[in-house]
Amino acid sequence: MKKNPERSQKIAFFFLLLANLLIVVPVGLIIVIIVAKGFPALTWEFISQMPRQGMRAGGIFPAIIGTIYLVGGAILFALPIGVLAAIYLCEYATHSRMSRVVKLAIVNLAGVPSVVYGLFGLALFVVFCKFGVSILSGALTLGIMILPIIITASREALESVPPAFREVSLSLGASKWQTIRNIVLPNAIPGILTGAILGLGRASGETAPILFTVAAFYLPRLPSSVFDQVMALPYHLYVISTQVPNVDEKIRYGTALVLLLLVLFMNSVAILIRNKFRKQKRW
Amino acid sequence: MNAKIVVDKLHLWYGDFLALKQVTTQIAPRRITAIIGPSGCGKSTLLRVFNRMNDLVEGVRMSGEVRVDGENILLPETNVVALRKKVGMVFQRPNPFPLSIYENIVFGPHIHQQLKKSELDAIVEQSLSSVSLWLELKDKLQKSALGLSLEQKQRLCIARLIAVKPDVLLMDEPCSSLDPQATARIEELMRELKHNYTIVIVTHNMQQAARVSDDTGFMLLGELVEFDRTEKVFTKPADKRTEEYITGRYG
Repeated sequence: MKKNPERSQKIAFFFLLLANLLIVVPVGLIIVIIVAKGFPALTWEFISQMPRQGMRAGGIFPAIIGTIYLVGGAILFALPIGVLAAIYLCEYATHSRMSRVVKLAIVNLAGVPSVVYGLFGLALFVVFCKFGVSILSGALTLGIMILPIIITASREALESVPPAFREVSLSLGASKWQTIRNIVLPNAIPGILTGAILGLGRASGETAPILFTVAAFYLPRLPSSVFDQVMALPYHLYVISTQVPNVDEKIRYGTALVLLLLVLFMNSVAILIRNKFRKQKRW
Repeated sequence: MNAKIVVDKLHLWYGDFLALKQVTTQIAPRRITAIIGPSGCGKSTLLRVFNRMNDLVEGVRMSGEVRVDGENILLPETNVVALRKKVGMVFQRPNPFPLSIYENIVFGPHIHQQLKKSELDAIVEQSLSSVSLWLELKDKLQKSALGLSLEQKQRLCIARLIAVKPDVLLMDEPCSSLDPQATARIEELMRELKHNYTIVIVTHNMQQAARVSDDTGFMLLGELVEFDRTEKVFTKPADKRTEEYITGRYG
């Protein structure tokens, strides 16, 4: 048979295009369906009121607040630890046995199913540390879950800072720590924030870890301390979709839409900060 | 005159590889000393001994003595930060930080001491003036240093180093990424700077060594084959290998 490069090229392009469509279509459908079905529920009352009538009416305000608290707490815990650990791994202990062990631990941590984190959080924070089923336990559990994401992203960010910058800084008589503080970290911040964004998204969507450690089935009031339980959007969505009969579809999709918007909002803030730093760096 | 840097039976290993063999020499103050030799002969390695930049390489060992102002800098208790403040380095590729011109200059002074804005301003003006950049750049100090030409960047790097007030300037092929005109101007700058600084320059460009330096050392396979006044090395080399190199038989 004669070779026909034109035709085989067309066939190849067709499949490449198909693969792309297969990615875009489900994403588009998810957004369209959730927005179409959830948008009518989006009223000021819905996002600012307590749920009423066994969650069949009223708003989802406590779940929104709960998710913000949990995600905020998880980032507050995981970001400093993750960044400090990454600095140590990259700058101080590059080839030591310790760093190999830690790197292995991080890879494994990243592969642990989220439900196992939930059980772990229950055993460690809720029971052993006696934090109870509380925001603190939930935030710490989520924090540990996103730690590998943050460490990995931070390490990549630190490693991508050109070695020449470190060399110059040291050659000017800066100590290693001054070099890290003044040169390496500022140039790594955009990458570190990318890790934080990924962590945010992951933490706000996970249901299993908070199910064990913090999430309340139905709690129509705001928490008064970190030792309180809260409602959270992912779990609330599960509850009103499967556990409570006769919930209006509009409320379910409205909740999903709010969760999406919340993640979108938090990501946008982080992306804005990242771009502000990125503007300064060009090499 | 007392030597600024004295190298005494220096050996250096990268792992099992002996990169410097029995190097012994003296570098005079306020002169330009060129170190020449083919690629891989150890000239950059020797330069990086003087400010202990080789410490960054894993598996480096040294024996012998290197004294700067009479102090052996190879001792483990040497304050490397203070040494590098005194013995500064200009790199092969101009490497300003991705910061403004102003921030590049004040980086060194800023990490070494607390200074007022007016003092920092004065340092910036002095440093840029000493590399003849002040008139060109005084109105765009807050612009990014990455927008400068290669020659301006290299001058800026020298200014950034001068701002730390070193005694010795180590230059590792400082002109290798510049065109001939820019190279000539940087060489002119080096001649001006030698009135205040001891300069050691590594170069693969023999003409440059002949043009700019007062003393020249020729290295081959980790050995310092010959070290003498530049005109002597280039006109009446004592060693046959030096003669072969400068007449272009290898490298």
